[in-house]
Amino acid sequence: MSLIHTLARLEAVESGRAQPLAMVRHRHLAARPLVFVPLTTAGEAGAPLGALVGSDRERPRLLVVPQPRDRDLRFAFLADLAEEVLPYVDSFAEDTEPAEQSKTDPETGKRVKVEVELCADAPQLIVPSRAGVDFVRLLGRSMRFRRTAEQDPDTPYPAPARVPLLGRWLTHFAERARVPGSTLIAAMTELLARHWATGQSSLEDQHLGALLAWIDPPGGDAGAEAARRAETARDAGGQLLCPPAGPATDPAFDNKLLAPAIERYDRARTALAAADDGPSADHRLAELTAAEREIGALVESRTRPTWDAVWHGLDLLNDLPEGERAAERWTRDRWSYTGHRDRVLAGEPPQPRRDDAVTAANKLAARETAQARLEAQEALDDPLVMAARRLSGEAFAGEVTEVVMAYSESKRPSPRPLVTLRTDDGPHLAERAKVYRSLAGKPQSAQFVGYDEEGGVVLRIMDKMGRGKEPDEGSVPEKGDQVTWTLFEHAPRGGPSLPEPEDTPWTHGGPPGTGAEAPDPVTSEDTL
Amino acid sequence: MTALRQRLAELRGPAVPAKALDARALAALAANPGCRRRALLDGAGVDKSALAQALGSPSGFGQSQFAFVRGNAFEAKVKADGGAELLRLVHAHLGGGPEPTTGAPDGDPAAVRTPDLAAAGPEGRAARTALALREASGTRAWTLLDHPMLALDVAGSPAFLEPDAVVVHPDGHWTVVEIKSFPMIDGAADAAKVGSAARQAAVYALALQQVAGHLDPAPPVHHRVLLVCPKDFSNQPTAAVMDVRKQLSVTKRQLGRLTRIEDIADALPEGTTFDVERPAAELTEAVESVPAAYAPECLAACELAFHCRERARGDGEVTALGRSVRGELGALTAVEDVLAAARGTAGDPDDPAVAALRRAAGLRAEALAAAGGDTAC
Repeated sequence: MSLIHTLARLEAVESGRAQPLAMVRHRHLAARPLVFVPLTTAGEAGAPLGALVGSDRERPRLLVVPQPRDRDLRFAFLADLAEEVLPYVDSFAEDTEPAEQSKTDPETGKRVKVEVELCADAPQLIVPSRAGVDFVRLLGRSMRFRRTAEQDPDTPYPAPARVPLLGRWLTHFAERARVPGSTLIAAMTELLARHWATGQSSLEDQHLGALLAWIDPPGGDAGAEAARRAETARDAGGQLLCPPAGPATDPAFDNKLLAPAIERYDRARTALAAADDGPSADHRLAELTAAEREIGALVESRTRPTWDAVWHGLDLLNDLPEGERAAERWTRDRWSYTGHRDRVLAGEPPQPRRDDAVTAANKLAARETAQARLEAQEALDDPLVMAARRLSGEAFAGEVTEVVMAYSESKRPSPRPLVTLRTDDGPHLAERAKVYRSLAGKPQSAQFVGYDEEGGVVLRIMDKMGRGKEPDEGSVPEKGDQVTWTLFEHAPRGGPSLPEPEDTPWTHGGPPGTGAEAPDPVTSEDTL
Repeated sequence: MTALRQRLAELRGPAVPAKALDARALAALAANPGCRRRALLDGAGVDKSALAQALGSPSGFGQSQFAFVRGNAFEAKVKADGGAELLRLVHAHLGGGPEPTTGAPDGDPAAVRTPDLAAAGPEGRAARTALALREASGTRAWTLLDHPMLALDVAGSPAFLEPDAVVVHPDGHWTVVEIKSFPMIDGAADAAKVGSAARQAAVYALALQQVAGHLDPAPPVHHRVLLVCPKDFSNQPTAAVMDVRKQLSVTKRQLGRLTRIEDIADALPEGTTFDVERPAAELTEAVESVPAAYAPECLAACELAFHCRERARGDGEVTALGRSVRGELGALTAVEDVLAAARGTAGDPDDPAVAALRRAAGLRAEALAAAGGDTAC
């Protein structure tokens, strides 16, 4: 956390309201996101209890597992979830635009441009918190190796038709969440914490209710008071007024409300199974339905406040203008979506349990590049982020005090003007350090020459001045201009490319095996 | 010793039984060794949950019965058949003897012994465990101690700890086994949960080392402990070895740093008590008489955290925003002072922390003002 960030938090403490950390929205938000608020059963690995899901704020779809330990009920839940999520995901697959991609020609080994499709837009999944993203990953893992009766008639517990496909998509979303700046899936707490500094610690910011209480306190209360209420206030029955954003539930809810309701459901089910005549079966079926409805109401009562909070957060974020370069990152998300759509269409097997060496190294390298790109782009889009970089000596801004024309010493001399800048910043400039500024959206580079007598920074402009002897109009700063230079590259690129997975050397495990991985062995006690 | 016990009983309240310190509490205590309040209340066996309730800032801690049932069912499954499955995992991961076979005759190194550890009271059980460990070290066979009781001296008062299991290998090594019900999926489990399990296991290993230290020659205690978890989405146990050397040395050092409870108790005003039957105002005063070291991490580990947080916020402590925040502000510890220094109304401009703050405040104000007009850069 930079000192500017700390200062913003302290200002938030003093004023009782969250303070801006960004002047623009640094993440692309879809016009029609799919919000997913899941709940899970305590102690069970990935046994969902229920969820609210949908892209219509007024009409979320409520999905409930009345007895989370029952495999059939869980499968029914997952099938319903697939019915909600997959049509949404697929709805972006048809609308494409032509694009170019460079690929290695298998015959010549050269990089060539090929015409490919790029989806014009992509789905966006919004979950309440980081734990929600982890839960999506867990659900994806639990489903993608499942076999349906159609794939394998002998499988002991066949999964409903679209469940393995949902698993592959959820896995893709969760994997993409690890790429910095990506918003194919986003956690609301992280989106909000990126744009506002609250008067509490980043640990406490993980509570969606408390975070929103600082940003937009109900009734204009002080943030600290509103946040404390969101965290701890309970009703007469001992239940939290603002239930946790999940997927974990509050123990008091589990013990006082949910457990008795599930017990009633189990009793009603046993009674129905034991019913021996029509009328009594009818009566018991009604009891079972009532018990089921009760659990549904409980799940809705715990997810609906979070659902509303997520949409509230989206409203707040949409009030900020989108950062100029956020669209570029969203294009990368569209590429990611298009790529996975193609893999699914091509009938490729589900993502493996563990990546092979080359894929893992590629992913890491891509994430590092994405991180560097994100940091650079955010700073260029937002003076407040740039201020933090200036404070840390990675950028400097100031007024141009002098421009002296100079030329390179080659046969055809090109312009290499010397620009002197007066700045109050303390950049960490090494000898002949390269610095960059944004010139009509493109980076122009310069070399640090030295300091003049008055401490001004002297730079030699190196490029983007056209082909002629005289620099193009507007390509060289003039006396009196305010210019910001950065020590970091504006469009950082990754390192050299890695070998193809088939060429993995034996030191790294050799080429990966082909074909799909076997499904998890099924035991009678499986939780999922 | 009896005087201290008498004193701690007074602090707790006359009719209140002492709440035992468990490994979880010890690990949390070791994570914040500067907190005298926690050291004293835990040492005296005060029920902090009830105390927080009486102070009007109840903790949100609790265990879901679903998690509880699941945890117990899994542990029972792992230990079924005289611990056959558990010992198979121990042998597969740590070796230390021939493959254990339940039902092998006594004297066979593959034989498995499961001594009865029942005794009256924690002291009795701890003594029984120590005896069983001593016997086991001489037999050169597998011994499984199911829920043994270990005593550990914490800041001058004994804490009784109950690990899930301790295994004595035929080669004489002692191993701590930790059984958890969070899943290990594709060989990896949740890092935060594994971390807390490792810290807990380190406390057990430390206590085990103390027991071993009383024997001659002292049997070696494995610094590698076995973590047993459900595999993937099933109920089948799988295991992984955790090297807890680091946690062990951290815990040892932190517990050593804990100010002796006697000294803390002696500094209290006469007649101080944390008896929850007393009125809230009196209790608040009693709690306030022991200094605390609040940090946001306490929220996940201490029942009094909400109370301490309110106090820390009320006093304008910057640590309430996180320990790292405190680190970058130098000698400035109050929110008011930091903001005054940043605005140039107080503080020594030659202090590097103050100078950096002013620079940060200037840059932030400039950026906010610029954004009001047109966007620079």
